[in-house]
Amino acid sequence: MTEATAAPERDTELFTINIGPHHPATHGVLRLLVELEGEYVHSVKPIIGYLHTGIEKSCEKHSYWKAITFVERMDYLAYYYNMMAYCMAVEELLDEPVPLRAQYLRVLHLELNRISSHLFWLGTAMLDVGAISMLWYAMRERDMVMDLFEMSSGQRMHTRYFQVGGVVEDIPPGWEAKCREFVAAMPGRIDQYEALLSKNEIFLRRTRGTGIVSQEDCLALGVTGPLLRATGHPWDLRKAMPYSSYDHFDFQIPVGTVGDNYDRYMVRMAEMRQSVRIVEQALDGLPEGAHITDNRKVALPPRDELATSMEALIHHFKLVTEGFRPPAGEVYRAIESPRGETGCFVVSDGSAKPARVHMRDPSFVNMQMVPKMAEGELIADMIASVALLDPIIGGVDR
Amino acid sequence: MEVTRTKLGEADDFRIKQLKAQQMLKGDIEGEELQQYVEERLLVTRLENIQHWAQANACWPLTFGLACCAIEFINVVGSPRNDLARFGLEALRASPRQADMIVLSGRISIKMAPVIRRIYDQMLEPKWVVSMGACCSSGGMFNNYALVAGAHKFMPVDVYIPGCPPRPEALMYGIIKLQDKIKQNPGMGWRERYGAEGTEETA
Amino acid sequence: MVDATGLELIAHALRARLGDDAVTGTTYHRTQATVEVAPAAVEDAVRFLAREADDRFEFLASLHGCDYFPDEPRLSVHYQLLSMERQERVCVKTRMTIEQAELPSVAGLFPGANFQEREVYDMFGVVFSGHPDLTRILMPDDYAGHPQRRDFPIGGEEVRFTYNQDAP
Repeated sequence: MTEATAAPERDTELFTINIGPHHPATHGVLRLLVELEGEYVHSVKPIIGYLHTGIEKSCEKHSYWKAITFVERMDYLAYYYNMMAYCMAVEELLDEPVPLRAQYLRVLHLELNRISSHLFWLGTAMLDVGAISMLWYAMRERDMVMDLFEMSSGQRMHTRYFQVGGVVEDIPPGWEAKCREFVAAMPGRIDQYEALLSKNEIFLRRTRGTGIVSQEDCLALGVTGPLLRATGHPWDLRKAMPYSSYDHFDFQIPVGTVGDNYDRYMVRMAEMRQSVRIVEQALDGLPEGAHITDNRKVALPPRDELATSMEALIHHFKLVTEGFRPPAGEVYRAIESPRGETGCFVVSDGSAKPARVHMRDPSFVNMQMVPKMAEGELIADMIASVALLDPIIGGVDR
Repeated sequence: MEVTRTKLGEADDFRIKQLKAQQMLKGDIEGEELQQYVEERLLVTRLENIQHWAQANACWPLTFGLACCAIEFINVVGSPRNDLARFGLEALRASPRQADMIVLSGRISIKMAPVIRRIYDQMLEPKWVVSMGACCSSGGMFNNYALVAGAHKFMPVDVYIPGCPPRPEALMYGIIKLQDKIKQNPGMGWRERYGAEGTEETA
Repeated sequence: MVDATGLELIAHALRARLGDDAVTGTTYHRTQATVEVAPAAVEDAVRFLAREADDRFEFLASLHGCDYFPDEPRLSVHYQLLSMERQERVCVKTRMTIEQAELPSVAGLFPGANFQEREVYDMFGVVFSGHPDLTRILMPDDYAGHPQRRDFPIGGEEVRFTYNQDAP
């Protein structure tokens, strides 16, 4: 249904409705200004900015080390990805190689975070679509992943685990066993979720054929991630421009065919399975070695050295009070987060604080897809489309 | 599968109580016995206590989440391990008119502050506010142009829960503390626990 | 990634297409290829690289701004372009002063630049002419000032310690 159908001369008016910023169906504080024609959406305008935190400006006031904690609170479900993009950008500025064990540990945590992010998306998106019980099932597995994060870094969320040059600490003994338990249990659980949803008549009616955006539109809008892959375009930075030894692992990139909401759902479910495969391969191939670079000008020395070595003490003091100084330059690094391409643009002016940090957030760019997805369809389909778009307003607003 | 059955309390005691209850309903107990029966089952208290007890145990939160703390909040609501339903807070209401409590979970930007105040004003008395996390308690780690440094700058707050984000257990503790505050017992009976009765000072 | 010679070829092609004044410099730093163009030519440069060049970069990965205060010209806008076929990135950069912070908008060429240009306008004050709806996006509509400029104060509250508060 496109423009108003040829009706007899009648004064019709579009009904403007404001959805949000507080609304149970918007994922975070998103405001949608919708013009309705009956139940059909005539136009929708997303209004954002209700969670703008000034993260990018705050980073300019703190040293590179401290900016990691600011940056990770941006996209608050995929916090390892924010850290990763930033740390990779700073490592490129410093021209600092990361030891192989650290790269594998990073991949482990990144893929576990992808699983937990997709699980949270599953729970909350199904809330919007109506399958309320999925929230409890998804949280069940998420708790297992949060336990793993807590075991390795001490925090469930916003762990500040990635540092420039590697990871902050090696994984404790017992982590690998617990992770293998999770890996063994997860495929069965994904099977359970798919058994509940994938052939469910109501779910199919709500998501099949709704929210279709063509591949050309997606590319013109700058959309990346599962949304682009749902249209059939197999662009994934992990395979196309591999980083952090992703090319050591054997995994597939799920793509959809039509680009409707059902494809987006199926792509994410399949991605969870592939992430489990990656985690298993990373555990199997985890090499011995250092968990962080041994360049003391960049990474803190191990604490036992502080008691015996004067240089270690000086390095520690210098790093903690002032921080390292990358040579002047600017760098843009992008990685594949659960929502698409998360990029980090860092400008260094040679001082201990970054001159500019900009996070290219995938949800910010993907949000522009909402009018294309929703216009011409029912308002209920718009709710489902926004849910399956998986926006994280913390990343949108930064 | 092994099934073990255990009886609640003493088997004979329960049976006796059952029979007595049946007798009372039939009107078979009289006089002294009836008086004693009723006295054993009466609870005398003030109306406010009952009211507060009911309010505390059925304090429905608003579905409100701002940022990262909302993830932990949803974890508390939805996770099988930390479950809010056993405290009576399972019924989250989307409309502020139907909610008793608002959990401010996340950072409050200057664009969002009037919206939150409006939602708070739309809630009906009695209402309570839990400020979850560092950002809405004090601005958190972000001390900059974009945030309001603490929700207490524009609305009354009852309980502050520190953390970035607070663990689900921390949120539960905060909610239990709110429940005790509603029951007019914000100290959670610490004087009895530490044997400190009689140490109150009045200014 | 585009290597140093590839970058020079791109700059050469841009100069051939748009004139010698259009390209003001190239930078190749740690695998990052950046072409700096004059503000007036930036839309043509991006259009050329995205749609008309032999080796195209058809995807706009990111559009962001930066303030180089106290270096002049202060403000800059970066167009991060990506070629999915060749897996290469290039950055088209343009710098301008505060007084002349105006650029043609690429929202017609890349619909995905809409929000990103609004963000650069909101945070830095760069006006994109031809943009369909150039309003503030992250700050409230009636906010005064452009927060991410380097001379804009960070704001916030003074943290209260005992030394800067009166004794009770």
